[in-house]
Amino acid sequence: MASPEPAQHLRTYARIAWLWIRAAWQYPTSFVLLAVGNGLITGLDFVGLWIMFTHLEDLKGFTLPEVALLYGSASLALAVADTAIGSVERIGTYIRTGRLDQMMTRPVPLLVQVCADQFTLRRLGRLTQAAVVFGWACTHVEWTPSRVLVAASMLVSGALVFFGLFVGFSCVQFWTTDATEFANAFTYGGATVTQYPLAIFPREVMLGLTFVIPVAFVNWYPCLYLLGRTDPFGMPEAFQLASPLAGILTMAAALLVWRTGVRHYTSTGS
Amino acid sequence: MTLHQPLIDVHHLGRSFDVRRKVEGRRRRSRESVVAVHDLSLSIDAGEMVGYIGPNGAGKSTTIKMLTGILVPTEGRVRVAGLDPSRDRVELARRIGVVFGQRSTLWWDLPLRDSYDLLQKMYRIEPVRYRENLARFVELLDLGDQLDTPVRQLSLGQRMRGDITAALLHDPEVLYLDEPTIGLDVVSKGRLREFLRALNAERGTTLLLTTHDLQDIEALCDRVIVIDHGTSVYDGSLAGLHARGGSTRTLVVDLVDEAPPVQVPGATVRRVEGPRQWLSFPADASAAPIVAAVAAAYDVADLSIQEPDIEDVIRELYSRGV
Repeated sequence: MASPEPAQHLRTYARIAWLWIRAAWQYPTSFVLLAVGNGLITGLDFVGLWIMFTHLEDLKGFTLPEVALLYGSASLALAVADTAIGSVERIGTYIRTGRLDQMMTRPVPLLVQVCADQFTLRRLGRLTQAAVVFGWACTHVEWTPSRVLVAASMLVSGALVFFGLFVGFSCVQFWTTDATEFANAFTYGGATVTQYPLAIFPREVMLGLTFVIPVAFVNWYPCLYLLGRTDPFGMPEAFQLASPLAGILTMAAALLVWRTGVRHYTSTGS
Repeated sequence: MTLHQPLIDVHHLGRSFDVRRKVEGRRRRSRESVVAVHDLSLSIDAGEMVGYIGPNGAGKSTTIKMLTGILVPTEGRVRVAGLDPSRDRVELARRIGVVFGQRSTLWWDLPLRDSYDLLQKMYRIEPVRYRENLARFVELLDLGDQLDTPVRQLSLGQRMRGDITAALLHDPEVLYLDEPTIGLDVVSKGRLREFLRALNAERGTTLLLTTHDLQDIEALCDRVIVIDHGTSVYDGSLAGLHARGGSTRTLVVDLVDEAPPVQVPGATVRRVEGPRQWLSFPADASAAPIVAAVAAAYDVADLSIQEPDIEDVIRELYSRGV
């Protein structure tokens, strides 16, 4: 009778998010300042890269537009994930304040409520900045139909990988309630690392970013494909097309950890 | 042909928590298990209004959390409306309402109406039913003028009524109330109690409320369950609780002049301080004849009655090992 469950959940998510947007609009000045500030701060990241390139010809054989492609795609994926489900990293706070208990008495999956809670468009600044850099870098790519497809799947899978990492590492807070920093080391840390060509790192780092925290699939492998480059580490070429798989696996692992976390949840004293 | 099934059915329920504690002189923290609820059995039928009381840390909240599916029990069995709360939590959520007295579920910066509209969507309440319910609760709880006011501008009493409305829009079969009258003034308390009574009478909504306010129980509940140290120590009527706990009320008499201890049938003097005397009498006895007897025999300047403290009653009950 009703539409399928996932569509329902998405709609509920959108409704909760919308209410938060309207709540934020009660203070429009603060909203605008935060969004602009956020964009400026993340924008400085790329300015840093730019300045670096005025002193360097290339970064381990990668030119500025190529680095911009890596940077833009990773930032875009992170910004999408962060905007959509950023509040999941606050579950420690939700547990302490009892807010999680309240959410658990609603007939909507907990993850949907947690992700939509305190939804904010403040990160719109970061999203715009990433999109501009990515758009500029795209003008330097020689496009073929298959590359367009890989580029599109890269953005979706990249966001999925970050979704998974955010959710998965936030679950640590079910066991020890204040571990946001620990989670950030992996999520934002992983994101920072991917803004550079992995070629500048030792092989061990690259392996870790492929098999342990699979952020290499967010941009590194698909970008190699887009740029028509051979893998400097000589990893299998199939990896360049494997981002969707990495995205789905990360997400599945994260959902499993989430379920376990909720079952293990012990609430607070009162 | 169906067997009688209570709405809330709890058998030998228990929950313990692992706590890590730093021990003096040892490098590693030691792990120990703290029992919050143990061997708790109770059953509540549809339409009952039950007070769930006990001192702080007795296990009240832990029980409510297991009944709503927030916490997974470590022993025993719970069924609410035939469902296993922790396993069928989302499904059960449609059939229960929960109000945590000290935390609001409403959107702070938005009008009440916006929170309600979202709840309608979350619970998929039929639009007609939703409008009827909202109109009814707004009328009963006198919230009409507040519907379009941002929640942050509401008084505590208005917000509590707003939260109760939020918990009832989807016609829950059970309403759990955790300290619903805490912090409210006398008028708000009275109005809230009246509303809850009407709700139970009109819709047969089952009510389970935890409270420290004995008057909540007196006004609302035919049945009291007392929990201490994680297990039920009393389950029955409020009058029975007083009788069992041997609780007493106190009549404070201010005489015009100092006098030897007052002698009236049915009460005994506990304390004398100048012209003031404290007389205690059983909590289930009427104060009227005692007051009349005192007033007839002595020159009285003032009189007041102190109600028994529920905490004292429970402490007494527990120390006797009932």
